[in-house]
Amino acid sequence: MALIDLEDVGHRYAGAADAWALRPMTMTWNDGGAYALLGPSGCGKTTLLNIISGLIAPTRGKVLFDGRDVTTLPPEARNIAQVFQFPVVYDTMTVFDNLAFPLRNRGWDTARLRLRVEEVADILELRADLGRRARALSADQKQKISLGRGLVRPDVAAVLFDEPLTVIDPHLKWLLRRKLKQIHEQLKLSLLYVTHDQTEALTFADQVVVMSQGEMVQIGTPEQLFETPAHRFVGHFIGSPGMNFLPCEWRSGAATLAGVRVETSSKQAPPSGATLSIGVRPEYLELAATPGPNAVPVRIAAIRDQGIQTMVQLEVGASLAWAKLRNAGVALPSTAAFARLPPARCALYADERRVP
Amino acid sequence: MRLSGISYRVGSELWLRDIDLALAAGGINVLLGATLAGKTTLLRIMAGLDRPTEGRLLDGDRDLTGVPVRKRNVAMVYQQFINYPSLTVYENIASPLRVARKSESEIRTRVTQLAETLRLTQFLSRYPAELSGGQQQRTALARALAKDAELLLLDEPLINLDYKLREELRTELTQLFAGGRTTVVYATTEPLEALQLGGHTTLLAAGRVLQSGPTLEVFRRPSSLEAARAFSDPPLNIIPAHVLDSVRLPTTQTPASEIVLGIRAHEFSLAAAPGQAALSGRVELAEISGSETFIHLARDDVRLVAQIPGVHDLPLNEPCTLYVRPASLYGFDRSGRLLFAPES
Repeated sequence: MALIDLEDVGHRYAGAADAWALRPMTMTWNDGGAYALLGPSGCGKTTLLNIISGLIAPTRGKVLFDGRDVTTLPPEARNIAQVFQFPVVYDTMTVFDNLAFPLRNRGWDTARLRLRVEEVADILELRADLGRRARALSADQKQKISLGRGLVRPDVAAVLFDEPLTVIDPHLKWLLRRKLKQIHEQLKLSLLYVTHDQTEALTFADQVVVMSQGEMVQIGTPEQLFETPAHRFVGHFIGSPGMNFLPCEWRSGAATLAGVRVETSSKQAPPSGATLSIGVRPEYLELAATPGPNAVPVRIAAIRDQGIQTMVQLEVGASLAWAKLRNAGVALPSTAAFARLPPARCALYADERRVP
Repeated sequence: MRLSGISYRVGSELWLRDIDLALAAGGINVLLGATLAGKTTLLRIMAGLDRPTEGRLLDGDRDLTGVPVRKRNVAMVYQQFINYPSLTVYENIASPLRVARKSESEIRTRVTQLAETLRLTQFLSRYPAELSGGQQQRTALARALAKDAELLLLDEPLINLDYKLREELRTELTQLFAGGRTTVVYATTEPLEALQLGGHTTLLAAGRVLQSGPTLEVFRRPSSLEAARAFSDPPLNIIPAHVLDSVRLPTTQTPASEIVLGIRAHEFSLAAAPGQAALSGRVELAEISGSETFIHLARDDVRLVAQIPGVHDLPLNEPCTLYVRPASLYGFDRSGRLLFAPES
């Protein structure tokens, strides 16, 4: 395993001279960490993964593995393992031989090799299938073999996953998510996981890197990304639906929304001239029939009972916001004319960034 | 439109069996079922692409069975993004209007309006290959809507899109279809999608209709254990009644030893409240979905899933207790028939 440093790494694809696919960035990936790169298609997450794996040489900057410059080394010279979207298995080999392949290539003796293959097979619940030919297995199982082959070498610098659960049926996905989490706890490998699926990223990783338009916009724990998004994009992308951003003004030292002074978790004053909004998650808006501190006047525009939750669309001044109410025996205040923003659960955003 | 006794046989296999279904005109009709439940087969029969082995397709008094798709006023959108690659987005959307020989000014008005609704205005002069998946599928949807068909069939139209895009488009589509004159049939594998779309839902499993009715009614009052399972995501928690022996169940003729309880994942909470029943176990996994945490709890031979609001990073294998209101329990007898359901 290794400490991976990216020093001022940036990338432009040929023919797109003016646009960074990946804006220059500096970042350290700690040894033994579980990281996810999360973002929509085209955000640069796969480019970043390919730079770390060596499939792409970055236009600028350096990639260091334990301090050693590997920037121009190909993937096979980097001591990494990779798992792709679609299973890559040798159909004619048994499951055992598929899993043993990376170890045989490195001259492991038979006894030690058997122990390690069985350990990995146990974790992935493939033990009973070790003697079967890969050809006979379902797509899910083949992908488990791909995962196993990625994880079998204990000495890799890192294991890189590129949307590895794409071909897995929904009901099996959570089983494999659990496996990956257990694997990280047991094998302590450095794992880097690329996905557009927030559930996969937030469940898998200790640290999630959210990317948008070639830029890392926030690195944090799942809780930090949900509770204190540093950037409006993160507020929008994490959560379903995403965070509400309500345009507001700064008047005599306080955020003012629809004529009401609103206290937020932001302690500092926003930079002057910035476009201001208050970010609050739909889960935290509280509907009330009467006014009170931090409660802004609203008009209910729509109510959608979705069985497990009720979505209430609110007009707040000239903008719209969603409130998400849980249907657990709680009646909707049909006369709600105010929405309270709990001060600890909302923040001020100046342009795109959260005001600390 | 009404389907009466529709069956569809392929070789010796019965893909659809004896389906009776009335579509709500001018509304959303969701077909909810797992892969291979028969959703696509049923859509193809509705479209007139396939002819049922038995049964009839009726539009009021008119028998549509065997009327080919060309002679029907139907539009269909598939999972894959299907557009004309050599036509611009504008011409893709305009194509059904050109077939219908509309005037140039009518075409311009309609395309402009649809492009605005589906947020395609800035892409009108581009070709499909120059668009993202979401933009391509919006183009396919706009073309289907341009046809202004009486029947619009959507076969898992959002399945190949990014999660966030799916969420946005689903909201847009729900608004678009509300109050329209088009009858929409929307096939999906996702219970949550059915709940968000609203309208009517038909549960399909192994080529049969399990239950059909207004979406929330079917969700709240599934007629059987099978229907409740088909309309639960995360999976319905199923436990023998004796596990909650402190709870007084609604009176039924069935002895408690023969009752299985169903608990929907969102009914659990992590905080105790008066009158709630407790279930303790070990955390197998805490999955964080963004705004919620799915806690997988192992308890003796029972596995439970709870959907808890907010982000909770629970360590694996640690003990954990879940609480549930007795009033939120479903009860089923041994044959899977519904005995009692929560009051709504």
